[in-house]
Amino acid sequence: MTYNFTVSPDFNPSYLSGWFIFNTWLQRKTGEAFHLDLYDDFDLQRKAIAEDKFDLIYANPYDASVLVREKGFVPIACPAGKSDEAVIVVAADYEIDTVEGLSAGLRITATKDPDVNMMCMIMLEPADLGRQNTTTQHRDTYVLLAKDLVRGEADVGFFLEETYNKLSRIVKSQLKPLVQSQIQVINHVLLLGPALQHRQAGIQQALLDMVTTPAGQSLLESLSFTAWDKVESEDTEFMIDLMDTLET
Amino acid sequence: MQYFDGSSRTVLVTDIETHMPDGRLIVSRTDPDGIITHVNDSFVDMSGFSREELIGQPHYILRHPDMPAVAFKGLWQTLLEEGKKWHGYVKNLRKDGGFYWVYATVIANVRNDQVVGFTSVRRKPSRRKVKEAEALYESLQ
Repeated sequence: MTYNFTVSPDFNPSYLSGWFIFNTWLQRKTGEAFHLDLYDDFDLQRKAIAEDKFDLIYANPYDASVLVREKGFVPIACPAGKSDEAVIVVAADYEIDTVEGLSAGLRITATKDPDVNMMCMIMLEPADLGRQNTTTQHRDTYVLLAKDLVRGEADVGFFLEETYNKLSRIVKSQLKPLVQSQIQVINHVLLLGPALQHRQAGIQQALLDMVTTPAGQSLLESLSFTAWDKVESEDTEFMIDLMDTLET
Repeated sequence: MQYFDGSSRTVLVTDIETHMPDGRLIVSRTDPDGIITHVNDSFVDMSGFSREELIGQPHYILRHPDMPAVAFKGLWQTLLEEGKKWHGYVKNLRKDGGFYWVYATVIANVRNDQVVGFTSVRRKPSRRKVKEAEALYESLQ
């Protein structure tokens, strides 16, 4: 039997090869066949999730909610010391420097990354801005958001902090962060589907042991992780409650 | 201050407002009786209490005397009877007697059909909303 593995589409493209190496490592460790199916489109991946196509998912907090509560997935690990944070970015020469300086009619450029968009909309609330008095154009990649801002085709862009930080120096020199979230308790999580849960203990231990070998450390580095932390169901339930609280 | 469970305490109140920094969320969790079990760093920073002083205390330790009891009346009904999340604008009391305004959302943590606690997230409100809430709560005192 081949198990299907996927990664939340918000992964940074520079870690693409890292995920393929991880998939190979997983097959060697478990003796099972895994097929890695990567998406660059949230809607397409969500459709595949709805059709129960996956057995292992490195999920963003928003999708984790559906996978755990509705699809019977269980959390096993998350990257150590890594929380999901978002940043609202403007062009370097944009005349406004604070959220409260923004006003109705704001033009937003954003990907379809659900948690980033939710966090950024929350950060606009102190300026009395919401869906009702802003317009949003959706783009497929974060690089396209940067282009929109530089060309003046949008006022603000919603970025995953890690992705913003990885933009090239030339691109970043044309942008400036307006506000950055410090939520600290929301993160991506690796989830096992029902068909794979009989291997839960073994896979979890292998992940936790990854940091103990040079080869494992090198693989972690290729994903920009320092180690995997064990995740208990209640940790993820807490995060899901938090996501529910934040949703309007 | 008198609390709903019959307890009371004397609190220091000042007019010094602390504004929530942009991008921060205050997160806490309580057991079913409203006793604090978890707080994040933003909670600690904004409340002025240490983490150790907060864990094990009733959540109403933050209640400001300017908040009318009626403002919280719908909270339990919304959470427990209607099974929905509660939200509202709240003036919180700091340990040093100052205050900070938040937009609070509370949700019941349900596991196996049992409420095992409550999660609350507080975020920075707009000044317009704060002014509206101030006027409303004053009229309810």
